[in-house]
Amino acid sequence: MSITELTAGKIQDGLQSGSFSAVEVTQSFLDAITAHDGQVGSFLTVSGDSALEQAAAVDSKRQSGEPLGALAGVPVALKDNICTLGTKTTCASRMLENFVPPYDAHIVSRLRDADAVLIGKTNLDEYAMGSSTENSSLGETKNPWDLKRAPGGSSGGSAASVAARLTPLSVGSDTGGSIRQPASFCGVVGMKPTYGRVSRYGLVAFASSLDQIGPFATDVHGTASLLEVLAGHDERDSTSVDRPVPEYTKSLEQPLVGLSIGVVKEHFAEGLDAEVASTIHSAIDVYRSLGAEIVDVSLPHSKYGIAVYYLIACSEASSNLARYDGAHYGRRASEFENMVDMYATSRAEGFGDEVKRRIMLGVYALSEGYSDQYYVKALQVRRLIRNDFDEAFKKVDVVVGPTCPGPAFRIGELVDDPLQMYLADVYTISANLAGLPGISIPAGFNSAGLPIGLQLMAAPFVEEKLLRAARMVESQTDFHTKAPTL
Amino acid sequence: MLNKDDVEKVAGLARLKLTDDEIAEMTKKLGQVIDYVAMLDEVDVSGVEPMAHVADVANVFREDAVRESLPREDALANAPKSDGKYFLVPQILENT
Repeated sequence: MSITELTAGKIQDGLQSGSFSAVEVTQSFLDAITAHDGQVGSFLTVSGDSALEQAAAVDSKRQSGEPLGALAGVPVALKDNICTLGTKTTCASRMLENFVPPYDAHIVSRLRDADAVLIGKTNLDEYAMGSSTENSSLGETKNPWDLKRAPGGSSGGSAASVAARLTPLSVGSDTGGSIRQPASFCGVVGMKPTYGRVSRYGLVAFASSLDQIGPFATDVHGTASLLEVLAGHDERDSTSVDRPVPEYTKSLEQPLVGLSIGVVKEHFAEGLDAEVASTIHSAIDVYRSLGAEIVDVSLPHSKYGIAVYYLIACSEASSNLARYDGAHYGRRASEFENMVDMYATSRAEGFGDEVKRRIMLGVYALSEGYSDQYYVKALQVRRLIRNDFDEAFKKVDVVVGPTCPGPAFRIGELVDDPLQMYLADVYTISANLAGLPGISIPAGFNSAGLPIGLQLMAAPFVEEKLLRAARMVESQTDFHTKAPTL
Repeated sequence: MLNKDDVEKVAGLARLKLTDDEIAEMTKKLGQVIDYVAMLDEVDVSGVEPMAHVADVANVFREDAVRESLPREDALANAPKSDGKYFLVPQILENT
């Protein structure tokens, strides 16, 4: 078995036992990127030289008996909206095409401290705004299971790179489903932690009250080991919560006794693909066979999730993206008449269509005479959505359902219909509005061989239980061991 | 119903220079989204406190201590135009 077929955990085992070196691991994945990423297009930047240097440093540390970090020698790819000192961070936007951050994001410092090997930066929908990675202005990413299909988004490059075995681990960001939805489309594990669990310092802001960084891996164990490194308090993000980070990997193999699983009835309503529905019911049967109690729960306000989300996310985005003014960093138009025209022309040239649409919607929703009707109303319904979850978690430990209404759609299929594209996030969006942790794990394949994801959600800061519940069903199935043929 | 004048006004507020085609396209597609979010009108929110944030933290303070800041050279490194000391922008005040 080649190194690139191994899980992150098996790579760590092999490095510890001396079966291979960190340089060999990194070189194997760089070779795989050279061989296959021309087809997949998951990376915007491959940091080959610096990755090999980091790997060599890990090998020499190991030889001299120095203590090693938790992810020593394991390659990790980063979504290109996470700032990396000295390495371009583009947000897949012409606005930031040449932007080289002067500092590392908090999670990048954490990964360096853990001796992880930073292998490159992955493609995304521009500024993380999208559900297919088609809104990237800098590259096209394809689904490794079917190159005519989208990888999902916005963390499409991070999901596709793990699915194609071009890196064992990657990091994404999730504002309305941007980790879980591409994980589902690409047949990998992807997790959005509780809001505040992972510092957002150095994550280029889209919608600050919803954005959260999280891990991708081929299996739940890899996801847990990466989350252990990403999570934790950081005073540079005032919404980062100061509470201990459990050792998620330690308890992972212990099944939960007396687990109660809530099945959200609204997630099996109209619009759900029949093969996805039957796959998710099979996963629920696995839980039943393991002794879990299956309980119907209702989230009556979840049908308003997308409307609430687009008002809140776009309002916050219109404010966050006001910083791109052509003066401090990013693109400046070459020709303009005066200062205000410099702003307007630079932004017109730098932003793509979807980013412009969302800024416009946000400015409209916040504008005089409309903010009570749109923005404030959305914040009120947001609270009702959170209240629904609070009620559900009085009865059950986790809720389960499909991650997405269907499998990966074809590239170009929804690109002219923003509203239909938004509906791809119908089951994932509420977790962001309510601030809850959620995870998508491979649950099977449809008749065309496309992956289907199972989503589990839990109450705030209940990641440990969520990961163990995910591992319970993973341990009974082999879907996570399947890789696409490239 | 969103019209062309609304879109032009919003584009001005958003500091986005849009072409006539973009204005037309934006009027149509934003209009669809505005129509969609009108579903919120059916929700009774009387007495519901708006939820701007889910984080269970408030008033996060730190010591007001002097510490190292980003070196000027690094802060200016990505500037579209700079003289090595400042960001350079078009003149905004008339000579008097």
